[in-house]
Amino acid sequence: MGQTIAEKIFSAHCKKECRAGDVVMAPVDGAMIHDITGPLAINVMKEMGGGKVFDPKKIIMLFDHQIPADSISAAENHVMMRKFAQEQGIHNYDIKEGVCHQVVPEKGRVKPGDIIVGSDSHTCAYGALGAFSTGIGSTDMAYVMKFGELYFRIPDTIRIDANGKFQNRVGPKDLILTMAGDIGADGATYRALEFCGRAFRDMDIPGRMTCANMAIEMGAKAGIVPPDKKTRDYLKGRCDYTPFDLESDGDAVFFEERSYDVAEISPKIAVPHNVDNVVDVSEVAGKHIDQVFIGSCTNGRYEDFVEAAEVLGDRKFSDDVRVIMVPASRDEYMKVLKAGLIEKFVDAGALFEAPCCGPCMGGAFGLLAPGEISLSTSNRNFRGRQGSTASFVYLSSPSTAAASAISGVITDPREV
Amino acid sequence: MGRSWKFGDDIDTDAIIPGRFLTIYDPKELASHAFEGTRDEFSKEAKSGDVIIAGRNFGCGSSREHAPLALKGAGIGFVIAKSFARIFYRNAINTGVLPIVCEHTDKIPDGSEVSVNLPEAFIEADGKRYPLQPIPEFMMKIVEAGGLVEYAKMRGNT
Repeated sequence: MGQTIAEKIFSAHCKKECRAGDVVMAPVDGAMIHDITGPLAINVMKEMGGGKVFDPKKIIMLFDHQIPADSISAAENHVMMRKFAQEQGIHNYDIKEGVCHQVVPEKGRVKPGDIIVGSDSHTCAYGALGAFSTGIGSTDMAYVMKFGELYFRIPDTIRIDANGKFQNRVGPKDLILTMAGDIGADGATYRALEFCGRAFRDMDIPGRMTCANMAIEMGAKAGIVPPDKKTRDYLKGRCDYTPFDLESDGDAVFFEERSYDVAEISPKIAVPHNVDNVVDVSEVAGKHIDQVFIGSCTNGRYEDFVEAAEVLGDRKFSDDVRVIMVPASRDEYMKVLKAGLIEKFVDAGALFEAPCCGPCMGGAFGLLAPGEISLSTSNRNFRGRQGSTASFVYLSSPSTAAASAISGVITDPREV
Repeated sequence: MGRSWKFGDDIDTDAIIPGRFLTIYDPKELASHAFEGTRDEFSKEAKSGDVIIAGRNFGCGSSREHAPLALKGAGIGFVIAKSFARIFYRNAINTGVLPIVCEHTDKIPDGSEVSVNLPEAFIEADGKRYPLQPIPEFMMKIVEAGGLVEYAKMRGNT
């Protein structure tokens, strides 16, 4: 009987044949901690008896959620983590590089076939490069930092077969929102998603990252794109990697198979307060918005800003909307800068901030007052996510966000 | 014996503890902000022995362990729901708030008098008993050790 990608990755790590449903102790290739969940993991590791981490080279540390320190307590957490990094010999990217899920792939800390864990739920993003990566809590992370391995229940797999070509101004975010709407917020709990088909083969790595990033929004443990030439090209110069085939066998057993013709997908939007409340943008078009956020680990890459700039053209953003743009990393920031887009956006009325998580989590800046409405390219629209529990968050692609920022109301990007 | 705190489906970790409180790590202090803005009476009235009763997908969203810690700080020992989000489920076990699956949570009203009988796997609410699903064997090892920290201590530095 054939195997899924998840079963193959665990079989290779555990050196035995692994099947969905098996509970295994598996070694990890990388473990990422950031400024929100890292301090707790470090404290718990001390409670576990402290000592040295299993391999300082496999621990990835950076600060992204509350940077530059937005409170004294955040600054204290940063100090505590810096000290730990120094004691343990861990390379700390500190506040300098950007959002974890962009920085980890960018710095070559993940490759196809790896098992990566991160104390952040969107760690599933590295599936874009063919890794099995998943979010864990701080106590699990403490255990991983100490022992280099963790219990996993090998998940069943839902195979997504997406084919066809996207319409103009429709893209990966609209596809993954469509899937979230169909599968539901818990429809893939304890399962892996495999993203296959022509649409994914044609998709560039940033688009694949957008999709894999949001696997967790369906409850999934991982969201994996089979690695290919695009993956190899992306990894070139970033890490040592000997390419090998990694795809599901023809006779692998899937929990479920779903297929999409992406040509049929229109611009989508998740309406408050759940990510699976997905409708066509046209259904809520004309609704007033107070703030637009373009950024985050889901859609804060150069390609996302190019998309927004194409929609913007020579126009200005509406005076009635606060437009906050935050690139996902320093590298992405530099690309946007060199392309002259920052000047264009600032001239059009946007605030262009330095790389960080920004308003996505409602912790650092850009918070919403009661009754305010935000349209955001990030990944969650839970009640209170970006500020007051009486505010409202909508989620969309960068094209829809840019189109709406121009007109001041939710707008189908094909109509501007 | 405690009271039931009834919640619906898809209760996310942002509702359990909002993002702006994530620089806090003390369970008691986190508890003072639990469900802030969505159910303000919880942090004032919840006490040791109380039980959360919920629908599907409890704890969806972020991996923040602050969520089960906030519940622990409020005195919650058990969360009983139709289903759990994966990361919350592990975090809850690791921090000592026991997540237990029960198909009958619809039948248990808010504010009822509840007690959990773990060995016999049932919850009693206002005198009526409802069966609980057993905790998976591999998770029970961690629970029996007293959480993952104690489990790791047993393992030592081997």
